[in-house]
Amino acid sequence: MSDPLFEYLCRLGDNTLVLGHRVSEWCGVAPVIEEDIALANTALDLIGQTQLWLGLAGEVEGKGRDADKLAYHRDVWDFRNLLLCEQPNGDFGQTMMRQFLFDSWHVMHLKGLMASSNDQIAAIAEKSVKEVTYHVERSTDTVIGLGDGTEESHSRMQNGLNKLYPFVGEMFLSDDVDTAMADAGIAPDPASHRAGYDAHLDDVLTEATLTKPEDDFAHKGGKSGTRHTEHLGHMLTQMQWLQRAYPDATW
Amino acid sequence: MSSPESSPYKDSQASEHTETRATEWPLWEIFIRGQHGLSHRHVGSLHAPDAEMAIKNARDVYTRRNEGVSIWAVEAHHIAASSPEEKGSLYEPSNDKVYRHPTFFDIPDEVGAM
Amino acid sequence: MYAQMIKSTGQGVKSLDEMDPDERAFQERINAGGKIEPKDWMPDGYRKNLIRQIGQHAHSEIVGQLPEGNWITRAPTLERKAILLAKVQDEAGHGLYLYCAAETLGVTRDDLTRDLLSGKMKYSSIFNYPTLTWADMGAVGWLVDGAAIMNQVPLQRTSYGPYARAMVRICKEESFHQRQGFDIMMKMANGTEAQRKMAQDALNRFWYPSLMMFGPSDKESVHSAQSMAWKIKMNTNDELRQKFVDQTVPQAEYLGLTVPDEHLKWNEETGHYDFSEPDWEEFFDVLKGNGPCNTERLEARNKAWDEGRWVREGLLANAQKKQAAKLAAE
Repeated sequence: MSDPLFEYLCRLGDNTLVLGHRVSEWCGVAPVIEEDIALANTALDLIGQTQLWLGLAGEVEGKGRDADKLAYHRDVWDFRNLLLCEQPNGDFGQTMMRQFLFDSWHVMHLKGLMASSNDQIAAIAEKSVKEVTYHVERSTDTVIGLGDGTEESHSRMQNGLNKLYPFVGEMFLSDDVDTAMADAGIAPDPASHRAGYDAHLDDVLTEATLTKPEDDFAHKGGKSGTRHTEHLGHMLTQMQWLQRAYPDATW
Repeated sequence: MSSPESSPYKDSQASEHTETRATEWPLWEIFIRGQHGLSHRHVGSLHAPDAEMAIKNARDVYTRRNEGVSIWAVEAHHIAASSPEEKGSLYEPSNDKVYRHPTFFDIPDEVGAM
Repeated sequence: MYAQMIKSTGQGVKSLDEMDPDERAFQERINAGGKIEPKDWMPDGYRKNLIRQIGQHAHSEIVGQLPEGNWITRAPTLERKAILLAKVQDEAGHGLYLYCAAETLGVTRDDLTRDLLSGKMKYSSIFNYPTLTWADMGAVGWLVDGAAIMNQVPLQRTSYGPYARAMVRICKEESFHQRQGFDIMMKMANGTEAQRKMAQDALNRFWYPSLMMFGPSDKESVHSAQSMAWKIKMNTNDELRQKFVDQTVPQAEYLGLTVPDEHLKWNEETGHYDFSEPDWEEFFDVLKGNGPCNTERLEARNKAWDEGRWVREGLLANAQKKQAAKLAAE
């Protein structure tokens, strides 16, 4: 295993990079102008957080790679994002369900990181948590609004939940990197957030009149990089194309 | 920017309309108090399904999420507005004075003191 | 411009003496630099024209998201991605402000949207051109936003209050758009050979479509004369086009790029550049729907609207349920 701190920072940065990219795909085609603007704000926040996390990852690595180098010049197996983040947008309901499932975890995780023994991590978490607190408010409202809206919006939200729920479990799995971070007081143990997350999920889903799937099966392989879904490669093909096609150029 | 004082009109290049259609979100007028302690000011309008979402949308559309601001959202049809005075007197020179009042004009911040 | 070929009453501009008292008072107020507000009396033609003009302007902002949105997922650095996204987001905001201004005249945003989607209302011809390379992000910011700003700055003084206030806000936010475009062009023009080639190619493709944005000469147009009398149009198309060329040519020289016009030259006598007219036949073809991207642009907007319907209905249904529950509890 390479330096666990570097690995861990890539996890944080790749989550926001990949999800920010997905959300930015909505720009110009959202269901209503107000949502278009709001989604762009979310994407902008996530891209900004990516610059901080991957910037720090590059510093920690000490091989002269900056955030852009990490974002645009690694291949699929070097990405450390949760599988949830790379799932395609689907319809607006699936996008908002993905956002809600991620935001609910993200805000807890960042709050935990504010107490990190690593000052730089604590500082980035403190800045990000302000943004993400708003993200979770907004995605929660939207999930409730559409879940308990019309018959059609309800069934679309339920489909989104059924499709994405198997990607929730990965957020709470612990591996060697997580253990090393927890031991060093850098980050909380992922499993410690499960109960709080489940409680929040239950509250929101009840209000949204949605049913949590009974099967708790969890896909994994994103944050370890061992087995991403096929979707990530296509995203990188597009995202990294200019940098790869013109490696001598600066932009 | 918009104004709560919409006037009725049925015959435009846009299709004729009678009332807001069932699927159209209501129009809200947005008032924001900035960080400098001045009173809430009308900044514009937007559409939202309800008051809560109107405030959230206002945050995204009109404040670009600056902290420390206060937002009011009022559904446009709840605003009572004065009517223009009788035609004739409306155009008397004295009425033009409102336009000489400096606060009437929205001067971009970059311009500085004016 | 963003509102091209807006036709007014088609009758010549009346003199004050020919007007009835209402109209005369209205015109005198405009002549004195006053503002018209939504509930004020206004001639039918003024209202009709404004709805078309502001509506078309708003549509242009919304459709204008698409050509640049085309490159957000391919932006070459995180910073470029963020800047471009923020810029395209601003365009959505500008569309929103303008629709709200139009709504004060008695139409709804949904009405205007339907007329855009059916092809009944137009948007600026420029957005029917494709963005083929990253340099096009530079060219669009530099040339297209540059041309738009020429038109929008004077419109801050337009006679209709809500429109003028929307333009003030738009101009304030727009200030970074042209600069970010020029910044991309500088980077490309001073970059590798491939980047320089992209930059020149982008200028070649966007030069004439940018000149078309101002619309054909309207020196003789009665429509323009009426719009100018009403102060909903502040300059002639030719004035603005000349101003744009005069401003842009030295910038192209600074970049070391060649404006694709062999007749372009400085005229000492007039103090302006002489330049070639764009191909107006092409312009009318694009307006008719035969531009390179008309079909894709309208399809994209129709798809977004149709697929968003359940979302708009769902959130509204939820709001109504909550409202009903609140009333029942009282």
